[in-house]
Amino acid sequence: MSQAHEAARDALLALQAEATPAQETPFVARLRAEARDAFAAQGLPTTRWEEWRYTSLARLVESRFALEGEDTATPSREEAESVAFPVFACGLFVFVNGQFAPSLSRPATAGGPVRVESLARVLTESPETLEPWLGQLASSKEHPFVALATSFLSDGAVVTVPRSADSQTPIHLVFLTTGDEPHLCQPRVLIRAERGSRALVIQDFVSISKQGGHLRNAVSEVFLEDDADLGLVTLQRGHPRSFLTTGLFARQERNSRFASHVVTLGGQLVRNELQVTLAGEGAECRLDGLFVAGDGEVIDNHTLVDHAVPHCTSAELYKGILDGDGKGVFRGRVVVRPDAQKTAADQSNPNLLLSDGAEIDTKPQLEIYADDVRCSHGSAIGRLDEDALFYLRARGLGEEEARRLLVSGFAAEVLRGLPDEALSSTLMEELRKRLGRREPGARA
Amino acid sequence: MTSPLLEIKGLTATAGENQILNGIDLVIQPGEVHAVMGPNGSGKSTLAGALAGRPGIEITGGSVFYQGKDLLGLEPEERAREGVFLAFQYPVEIPGVTNNYFLKAAVNAGRAHRGEEELDAMDFMALVKEKAAIVDMPKDLMSRAINEGFSGGEKKRNEVLQMLLLEPKLAVLDETDSGLDIDALRVVASGANALRDADRGMLVITHYQRLLEYIPPDFVHVLSGGRIVRSGGKELALELEEKGYGWIEDAAEGSAS
Repeated sequence: MSQAHEAARDALLALQAEATPAQETPFVARLRAEARDAFAAQGLPTTRWEEWRYTSLARLVESRFALEGEDTATPSREEAESVAFPVFACGLFVFVNGQFAPSLSRPATAGGPVRVESLARVLTESPETLEPWLGQLASSKEHPFVALATSFLSDGAVVTVPRSADSQTPIHLVFLTTGDEPHLCQPRVLIRAERGSRALVIQDFVSISKQGGHLRNAVSEVFLEDDADLGLVTLQRGHPRSFLTTGLFARQERNSRFASHVVTLGGQLVRNELQVTLAGEGAECRLDGLFVAGDGEVIDNHTLVDHAVPHCTSAELYKGILDGDGKGVFRGRVVVRPDAQKTAADQSNPNLLLSDGAEIDTKPQLEIYADDVRCSHGSAIGRLDEDALFYLRARGLGEEEARRLLVSGFAAEVLRGLPDEALSSTLMEELRKRLGRREPGARA
Repeated sequence: MTSPLLEIKGLTATAGENQILNGIDLVIQPGEVHAVMGPNGSGKSTLAGALAGRPGIEITGGSVFYQGKDLLGLEPEERAREGVFLAFQYPVEIPGVTNNYFLKAAVNAGRAHRGEEELDAMDFMALVKEKAAIVDMPKDLMSRAINEGFSGGEKKRNEVLQMLLLEPKLAVLDETDSGLDIDALRVVASGANALRDADRGMLVITHYQRLLEYIPPDFVHVLSGGRIVRSGGKELALELEEKGYGWIEDAAEGSAS
């Protein structure tokens, strides 16, 4: 660890000591203490760590963060809704700088079957109900940012989809960052899809800060019981100067179906850790991702699919769009355990480089210990198709518009796969706006 | 007298390392249909590309004036908005962008350029419906990605549909007949003929005389070695069909030496 890394770690540890726990349930106190020790022992990763080889925290360790939300007032509902665009009928739950804001939230009318509670409240009222779940999938020992998050454990969302419930109404969790002083904000999400249930959850990380510079470190744990069907859309629309680290850990039981979509439209540094364990036979997961990095931005997706038992299916598609001197990192690990016969695993990571300065480091990694499996993987790096560009221009579209159209066409495969049509067209629009922001002359 | 629709003078061009066009002279007046025929490698597609502004084709000499304006000084999109249309020999597949979205953007780019109000979704749908009927375009192709998974015939219909929607003053058809069966050829030709009027001109580039039975030209030019070596009426196309290109090439070589 460099001196800068050590100093940053110590500053975060001091902050942790300062943060008062919301309550003192023994198992939570133990979780926090273990996490704190794990974070102190590991420190902040350097590029010497194999898992962090392509992603430097140099700029993050230079920053110092305040405790969440000290300098901020709660934004108005209009402000919150204007960025979170809850365009469809959904249950809306807003967290401002990590803390649940009931005044901005709007639970689904007609009492949808899904239960959404503030983690802080459950920790106060019935902490024992969380003990079998909280911290069970997200390991503090393996992931320093998980350790950091768990050491601060305080608020977030607890989502329960009751047995056999079929929720037609998406649950939209909005994690809003406000304020201009860089702070640390660590929302926690626990989702349990009980046996035979069906639901769609959107976790939306969005910033209305003018300055940016915050560190958001989010951990989500997702449990799918037998036959559960869960869609989870993660939207990351951070400030171009902010840091975002996330860990998403899912465990799937027999015949469950999990579809994760992670859409990242920017951030100074975004690191997403996604791990899915296929623990029950017949489980299926689909992991889709789209990331767009422009000048001064680094977006890193590390995914792991663990085929622990036979007869499971995983399909993964991550698409990257890199412009200016933006950088993308994709590492997709698929592990097929010795017993996991009849596994089907596909992975693909196509990337589009829009400039000479853009960069992508992509590494698919299949580890197969069973012999009767069907696995495929591929990554590709390409530029905009000049013939296609000419074709569009020959019909009267301006060069910039033609480029934008081709880029959004590249992204469409992921965005059209979103489980909600209104969401997918809204994000197409967001993407076009995002692409419009690129600096003229950034392309080579 | 008004200026010609298109006036090409001494046009020379290279593609990559190769000198392809060696001095083309061609004048198209409003209302005229000109056919350019020639063997493979004679420069037909380079000529079409040069008119549309295809990257990779470098103009090394000569001039092209379109309605009195210097066409070569315009970007490809400006040429399109001014009313020059190239029907591609190999229409490009563009995944993720629907045909509908693209065509609406194209139509509105032209309208905006002419200072006309942009069409909204309803008006555009009505317009597409009318034009698609002319080329027998299956409805579902409009909501699919541009040319993706289209058959050869569907791609060419899509080209002609675009042409009908954009209503160009000068349409250049680059081997639009290649790979088409006779039914598809008829459809494509009827689309082109629907556009024919006293104000528009057309440059029909083809290897075979067959297309010209359906789009009768006013003039036929034979391209060989990057030059127009013969010009005549539509009977020249029949002569070529009968004798092949060999005699033209021999004659061209003879005159060059």
